[in-house]
Order: sequence, then C-alpha cells, then structure tokens
Amino acid sequence: MRDKQIEDLKDYKYGFSTDIESFKAPKGLNEDVIRFISNIKKEPDWLLQWRLKAFERLKVLKEPNWQKPKYPKIDYQDLYYYSAPKSFKKKPKNLEDLDPKLLETYKKLGIPLQEQKRLNGIAVDAVFDSVSVATTFKDTLTEKGIIFCSISEAIQKYPDLVKKYLGSVIPITDHFFATLNSAVFTDGSFVYIPPNVKCPMELSTYFRINASDTGQFERTLIIADKGSYVSYLEGCTAPMRDENQLHAANVELIALDDAEIKYSTVQNWYPGDKDGKGGIYNFVTKRGLCKGKNSKISWTQVETGSAITWKYPSCILKGDNSIGEFYSIAITNNHQKADTGTKMIHLGKNTKSKIISKGISAGKSDMTYRGLVDISKNASNSTNYTQCDSLLMGNKCGAHTVPYIKNKNSNSNIAHEATTSKISEDQLHYCQQRGLNQEEAVGLIVNGFCKEVLQQLPMEFAVEAQKLVGISLEGSVG
Amino acid sequence: MEQKLKTDFDKFISTSNFSNQEIKLKKEALDNFLKNGFPSRKLENWKFSDINQIIQKNIGELTFYNDYNIENEINDEIFIKEIEHNKIVIVNGKVEQLSFEYEESDKINLTTLDNFNQNPNDDNSLLSLNNSFSNKIHNILVKKNYSFKKPLIIYQITNEKVSKTNINFQLNLDLEENSSIKIINVSDDNSEKNFINNLFNFNLGKNAILKNYKIDKKSNTNIKYDYSSITQKGNSISETFIFSSGSDYIKNEVSCNLEGQYSSAFINGIHLLSKNKHHEIRTNTNHSYENTKSYQLIKSVIDDSSKSVYQGKIYVDSKAQKTDGYQLSKAVLLNEQAEFNAKPELEIYADDVKCSHGSASGSLDENSIFYLMSRGLDQKTAKKLLINGFLLDVVEKITDEEIKKLIKKMIGLN
Repeated sequence: MRDKQIEDLKDYKYGFSTDIESFKAPKGLNEDVIRFISNIKKEPDWLLQWRLKAFERLKVLKEPNWQKPKYPKIDYQDLYYYSAPKSFKKKPKNLEDLDPKLLETYKKLGIPLQEQKRLNGIAVDAVFDSVSVATTFKDTLTEKGIIFCSISEAIQKYPDLVKKYLGSVIPITDHFFATLNSAVFTDGSFVYIPPNVKCPMELSTYFRINASDTGQFERTLIIADKGSYVSYLEGCTAPMRDENQLHAANVELIALDDAEIKYSTVQNWYPGDKDGKGGIYNFVTKRGLCKGKNSKISWTQVETGSAITWKYPSCILKGDNSIGEFYSIAITNNHQKADTGTKMIHLGKNTKSKIISKGISAGKSDMTYRGLVDISKNASNSTNYTQCDSLLMGNKCGAHTVPYIKNKNSNSNIAHEATTSKISEDQLHYCQQRGLNQEEAVGLIVNGFCKEVLQQLPMEFAVEAQKLVGISLEGSVG
Repeated sequence: MEQKLKTDFDKFISTSNFSNQEIKLKKEALDNFLKNGFPSRKLENWKFSDINQIIQKNIGELTFYNDYNIENEINDEIFIKEIEHNKIVIVNGKVEQLSFEYEESDKINLTTLDNFNQNPNDDNSLLSLNNSFSNKIHNILVKKNYSFKKPLIIYQITNEKVSKTNINFQLNLDLEENSSIKIINVSDDNSEKNFINNLFNFNLGKNAILKNYKIDKKSNTNIKYDYSSITQKGNSISETFIFSSGSDYIKNEVSCNLEGQYSSAFINGIHLLSKNKHHEIRTNTNHSYENTKSYQLIKSVIDDSSKSVYQGKIYVDSKAQKTDGYQLSKAVLLNEQAEFNAKPELEIYADDVKCSHGSASGSLDENSIFYLMSRGLDQKTAKKLLINGFLLDVVEKITDEEIKKLIKKMIGLN
C-alpha cells in the first residue's frame, strides 16, 4: 500500500496543466504593457505612475550576479506579463460563476476552495497565473473587520491603506527583481487586521502558474494593526514544462505596536526533471517590518520545489522590543539549486532575532545558506541566535554556509553556529536494526533533523510538509 | 594614478638590474594591476575593508618607486636577546642581512628567483602590484630531513626615509620532505603613512612542519597587507599565529591548500585594537584531499572606535572525504563605537565530513566582572583580567614552548 503511494507521489504530482483559454497581454516588457495591465485592472492614476516610476528605475538597474546558482540569461522581452483565464475578463461574483475547469484544478491541488469544505477552516485566496480567483470565507472575516482579498480589489476598495503601505517595506528602488515586480505586478493578496483583533483562522494563498511563457509577479501586502495577530500560509505549485519559468513575487509585512504576523510558506514549485530540465526560477523578495513596539514577525518556510530558489525573507526590527524569527527547511535534490537565508536588521532597542536553518542536499544539487545579522549602533541590548545545519547525501552535491555578521553595538550579543555532516552510520544502523528499511530510516532521521522547524508550522501544513520532505528525498539514498 | 604607476615603474626598472625575463614578467604584472586597480568593497573579499578608500583617505597620493640602492643602517638594539636565532633583516622592503649562523650551510640553499608565479586570480590585484614592484625575490630551500636548530626571526623594519610610499616585499620558502622550520616575523615600524604589501609563499613537502608566528605590536600609522600562501603535501603541518595590534590598518590573509592526505593547518589569531584601527584576518583553507584537518581560532578585543573583521572560509572538495574543519571567532566589544564584522563561510562538496563554525560577539560578561569585584578587585583590574584570559586562550595554542614564552613577554600577556 505504502509503496504504491510512494510510486504515485514520486513524480511531481501537481504537474498537470489546465486547458483554459487565457487572455494575455502582448509579449514583452515596455511602457505599453504596464499601461495595459494598469488599464485592465482599472487602476487609479497614482498606481500607474508608481509602476512607471519603477519601470524607469528598472532601466538603470542591473540583474544581480553574486548568487551561487547561476542561470542562463532571461529574456525579459520574451515573456508574457499578464495572463488571465478568458472567462475572467469580467470578474466572477461568487464561486458558482467560476469556470468549472478552474474549480477542478484547485480540487486536484487539494485546495478547499469551496466553502463546504469548511472543516479545514482555512480562508483561501487562490492566484491562478496572474489573477486572483476567489477568496473564501469572506463573510466570517468581514464580521471581525478583517480585510482579506486580492490586491486588485483592495486597490479599488481600500486605496488609502494600499497607498500608505505599498512599497513602504520594499521600495520601488530596491533590487532588480523587486523593482521588476513593482512595475508589472498583476495580483496577489491583501490582508488588513484591525486593531486588537486576533484573526480567528489561518489565512492562506495558493499560487499556481498555468500558462506557458508567463512570469508570475504577485504582490502580497499584510498589515497587522496595533495589538492584532494573524497567521498566513502560502503554497505554490506549477505544471511540468520544459522551459524555465520566472516567479518574482514581492511580499511585504507590516506589524504595528504589539502586533504579530506569522507567515508560513510551503513551496513546491515544479523543480525540473531528473536531468535539470525545466522548472521554476523562484526569485522572491520577502520582507517584514516590525514597525511598532513589541511587534513580532516570524517566517517559516519549507522549500522543496523550484529549479532555483533564491530568496531571503527578512525582518527589519525597527520598533523597540520587537522580535524577528526565521525557521527554514530547504531541500534540494537532482539538479535543484537554492540560495536562501534571511536578513535580521536590528534598529530598535532590546530587539531579538532567532534563525534556525536546516539545509538538506542530495543528488547533484547545490544549497547555500546566506544570511545577514546586522546590529546597528542604537540597537542596544539586542540579541541574535543563529543556527544553521546542513546535511549532505552523496558527494555530488554541495552545501554552503555564508553568514554575514555585523555588530556595531557593545551591549548586544550575537551567537552563530553552523555544522555540516551526513547521516551517521550509527543512526541508520539503529533504525534498520529495528526493522525499518533504509529509505524509511533516512526519512525518519531527516524528519527529526527538521523537527525544530516543522513544529513552527500550523498543524494542517505540518503534516503536508512532513510528507513533502519525504517525497523530495525519494531515490536519493543508496 | 595610472601615469604615476607607469613613470615610477620605468624609473624602478632603470635603476635596478633585472633580467629580461623578470622585466617581462614584471610588466605583465603591472598591466594586470593597471587593469584592476586597488581592490574596493565591490569585491566580495574586500567588502568589509575597502583598501582603495582607506589608502585614499589616509595616505592620498602614493609613490610606487622605492629606491633599493640606498644602504640602511641596522640598529642592533631591536634584535631579540632572549633566544638565539637566525635572522633576515628587511629594511624598507630590501633584504639587508641574511644570516643562518646556527645552521649547517649545506642543508640550506639560498637563491634569488628569476621566475615568479604570476597572480593566478584577478580578484587580488595586490599580488600583481607586489610582483611588479618587489625587489629580487629571495628563495630559501630547506633540504630533506633537515630541521632548523634555532628559530628564524624575520625583522621587517621601516625607517623615516620612506613616507607615503608603497613598499612591496616577497619571500619564498620551500621545505623539502621531513624538514622543519620555526619563523617569527616581527615588524618594527619607524615610518609613517606607507602602504606595505607583503607576500610569503610557503611550499611544504611531505611530513614538513612550518611554524609561523607574526607579531605586529609597535604602534604606527602604516597600512599593511600581508598575504601568506601555504601549500601542503601529505602529512605536513602548518601552524600560523597572528598577533595584530600596532598598525593603523592590516589585512592578514592566510591561504592554506591541503594537497596531501593527513595534512593539517592551524591558524590562530588575536586582534587587540584601540583608537580607530581597522584590522582584518581572512583565512582560506582548501581541503582537496582525504583526511585533512584545519582549525582556526580568532579572538578580538575591540576598544574605542576600532574595527575588527574576520572572514574565514573552509572549502571542501568532493574528493576530500573525512575532512575535519573547525572555525571559531569570538569578539569582545569594549566601546559603543567599536565594530565587529564576521563572515565565517563553509563551502562543502563532500558528505562524509565534520565541519562546523561558530561566531560570537558581545560585551564582557557582567557576572564575571561582578564576581571578581566581589572578591576585592576594582573594575578596571577585573576587566583586564578577563581580557587577558580571553586572549591567552589563543596564545596557549602555540606549540613551541620557548617561543610561546617569548611571545607572551613580547605582547605583554601572562
């Protein structure tokens, strides 16, 4: 029974593509395309100007090239920057209006899009290619005054909030991919939690790239007002295609006084086939700002997919007593490459940060942890603890640790530890002696290795992530 | 600067007597330097210490021409009296004295090199600069099975005759199979605002042992770059100790290539900084064979508005199974203005390895100070005691007892 399950899961289970006629902007990156996107989304003028300003900036920016995984040059003129299922030209009002094929797709993905699957109790905003498809559980959230909708909708309905916070953490003059996103972003999620509200359920977004030759550029903006709490989940899949697809999203989190945001990602984009052909380039900019006092932002990520993962979810600890946390599991197999980590920038007094990173590389893959801890002059009494462990399976893969540590304050402490090793023979022997086969034993040990991070995930996701960890490593032993 | 480099180079070549081969190589090196210029923070290795900017700010216009025809007097008083030793005395980049009076002369071969290695990596243009402007390169070859009876002390002296000048010096040391040497490198700077660029090449044969201790104690305003390249064959051991405190700016770079089974490299360093000094240690250990071992321990005490940087990299090739690599850097910041930057890096391509690094920085432990004060010490003494203990840890790693005693005395730790 179990064997069959594994067999089913061995190949990328989300590798189907849905045959839906889509409506695309002309290929290429230019002012007209940006105007086209802005126009079709009926955006106000300030946003169009904002996009154009980003585009101006983009012209002088160069693609960064300091990262470890190198990739062939991307022709930005050969991409579609807007793709929407055709039936979307007029946005559906409710779930019944949705294209049944789309609903089927999400069913295959296992997303409880229909409200009858209430049991799961997760509010979902699903993004299909470039357009946000539907947001569930709207009523329950509205009661509490929580805004959870697509960012396009938010631009129409809550322009003041969007205008105030959009680009406040990731300015349009940031690095190349963030600026590209600012110029052409198409959709994404928007969350606003009013003061002193504890969001009653997990909020979730599901991203899926369907059309070929499209890049996905979504923008997520989460604002937790004073004293509020929200936990947000993000999952990603894409169909199997031979060519590489670009995913350059921006995620901005803002936590005001005493607020807490918990952001979890299970990323399972198509990683390419066994020979490293195809797969998603996941170049995402994620940044959280602990703006107010006693605020807290925590990132948890399980990165198993993508041909190249290149991202550093960061925390800017501006408010006094604010806390930043980063928990990460990154697994690379076959020809996958990952260069991921975090930045903790301590600006306020008594700020704390914690980084736990677990990297596992197998096959011919390559994995890098790259992180920055920067304690500025004024951040007195701040502390940081960093632990990054790497596990190697075989000698064709690589594991690297590149931490940058900057301490400019004599009252602050930074501690950093890193280890690299393989699964010990003793552990394997012990498990096998007790009747597990080699693969099961490895699975068990790896899960134990990752436990510290898995514990941080919300329950429903933790189970899925645990399975994912096992699947990602299939065939890498022996 | 380009014009200045070219005219100084022509002047330098015309006043020296290099062979045609050397001149050709020197020209190539100069072209390479002209192409790249001084390293700046744009290069990853120079991220924390932009030497281009530091030279501009502290020296301004540099003279590259250095007259090696000047005779310099050597003041005997600077020689270390505590132990008998062989010596090499270098004044302003020129070798003034080479004496191996305690050794058997047929076991050592002293030559000058006609052919030097061109800088293989463009990343480090300072090596090209060194190649183009350094004087005749001395080569010391220690023959098979010979162990030095007494340590070799290299005195690197600068006097007031040079100012705002770039001084380049290069030395080669080959240790044949089973040979060993202990070196103490002492700087004695009486000059101001020069840029001193040193390059040491060590080649260790099988079972060879190199112990290299570098002491920079005397306070001076020079800017220094010191590069040691150590290549090791099977079973060889290298031990490097760096005490860096005196100069305004130093970047000590040690690169160890472990190219034989069971070879091992130890690098230990101390930064004891005050005022607005800015020191960096960068270590690079390449494990390219099985069963190799490397160990680094770097400790910094940073006062006033000084800045300490540690960059360490352990590279493990996919062939280098059973590698044991360890790296630890610790820093104590004594002042609000002090700054510590670190980048301990692991790049690993083999699975059966044991590699780890740790880095910690912060203030002195309040509880320890309290404990000592409750036992009757005043705060200043308590702090001093703690710092002493913190740094002694590194000095205790020195494996040669006699030299350990000497160094403790020289740097005032006990």
